[in-house]
Amino acid sequence: MKKEDVPQDLGALGKITKEVCYATDASGKYTTQLSNGWDVKSTALATAWQQVEKRIAAAKQKVLNNEASPLLFFMEKGLMDIQILAGYTGFWQWQVKRHLKPEVFNTLSDKKLQKYADVFNVSVPDLKTMTINEA
Amino acid sequence: MKLDFEHLQAAHCENGVTMSLLKNAGVQQITEPLAFGIGAGLFFVYLPLLKINNGPVIAFRTLPGLIFKRTCKALDIPVVRKKFRSKEAAEAFLNECLAGGHPVGCQVGVYYLPYFPKEYRFHFNAHNLIVYGTEDGNYMVSDPVMEGTNVMTAYELERVRFAKGALAPNGQLYYPKETKAVTKEQMKMGIKGGIKKNVFNMISPFTGPIAGVNGIRYTGKKIKGWRDKLGLKEAGLYLAQLVRMQEEIGTGGGGFRYIYGAFLQEAYAYIPNDELLETSTQFTASGDLWRTAAVQAAGIYKGRLGSQEDFNTMGDYLLEIAEIEKKAFTALKNIKWQ
Repeated sequence: MKKEDVPQDLGALGKITKEVCYATDASGKYTTQLSNGWDVKSTALATAWQQVEKRIAAAKQKVLNNEASPLLFFMEKGLMDIQILAGYTGFWQWQVKRHLKPEVFNTLSDKKLQKYADVFNVSVPDLKTMTINEA
Repeated sequence: MKLDFEHLQAAHCENGVTMSLLKNAGVQQITEPLAFGIGAGLFFVYLPLLKINNGPVIAFRTLPGLIFKRTCKALDIPVVRKKFRSKEAAEAFLNECLAGGHPVGCQVGVYYLPYFPKEYRFHFNAHNLIVYGTEDGNYMVSDPVMEGTNVMTAYELERVRFAKGALAPNGQLYYPKETKAVTKEQMKMGIKGGIKKNVFNMISPFTGPIAGVNGIRYTGKKIKGWRDKLGLKEAGLYLAQLVRMQEEIGTGGGGFRYIYGAFLQEAYAYIPNDELLETSTQFTASGDLWRTAAVQAAGIYKGRLGSQEDFNTMGDYLLEIAEIEKKAFTALKNIKWQ
């Protein structure tokens, strides 16, 4: 890539910091050039986020249909999977998997619910009702 | 307390941490491309059975931590590396290092990294930064991909050092144990060793079908089948993930080819062999083609393109890249080192 071809499409990161890119100058020698971002990258990122939004909406619907516990909604919201959620709560993965079932979730003690609530940064009542306080 | 430390920006986090820590430890010659090349950082692997963020797992560089490890080893610099069970012990040890005058490299997760834009905060745990001072319970942080330095509270730092999920950092930190100068001869040896190792990783028969140049070819062939196998929508998401893995912070890909090209040019200053300059242009060509492929992929996930023909073109780009890189690494393999 030539130095003058380094893309300068302002993206999410570009507003906070520029990125270093390696590119060649007129004589073919490598040098560095700061970039504001690249349209191709920002769209890839936006596509990923659209997908996340879809997964959250699908999770919400599943909870409303009583096919999953509210944990699924918060898990998707936090971009987590079972492994990550198990890591942050300290539960085993098989326990988290069980807690994703509504009938098991409804029998959980407050102490266990509190662990989930802490990770998702909500209160226990909000956890049960899928309420988020956008702070 | 703040250590005497100069923040340097880099294209990739681990290169940057390696460069800054080594420079601080007396290795004046080190640059980002040299760290990347001596550490044999260029790689490719596609793991077809795994998924990250519900998409394919494709890496464009070696495993996290290896660049620092290999570069230090090649330059004969002893390294301290530690992981922790306990958060308290992790913080105590960090404070001890700082008190001992060592800036420290830390592996962190980006999900809770406060100065990153929200759009970039996925659960990605192989980011690297340097802590170079502490004041009133806060830590001074030099993140090589940022233009400036940042301050994090003790809690914020603890949270990213103990991020969970795949590749969990477990508070891992590392730094060069002692300050020492490196001779020109050592640099030469490091460069040769790095090139040889990278040749091995990319084109030796031991890399198998999904890694190195073979892996690029394999991915190219797979992509042609994605449209039928996954449906247009899902295939587009897979390509978007490929591009993010290729160009985004913390992974880089097309960009890595340019850094390798820069490395070969810098290597020429130590080992004046025309083959190095010649091969450097091939890596530039490969990097350019990776970018062209990214533009093609963008056409698909934006919905502008979508026929089977478009997927074939996309796959063919990767096959072409595999050819170029195979040639380039074969040329490097055949260099007669004096």
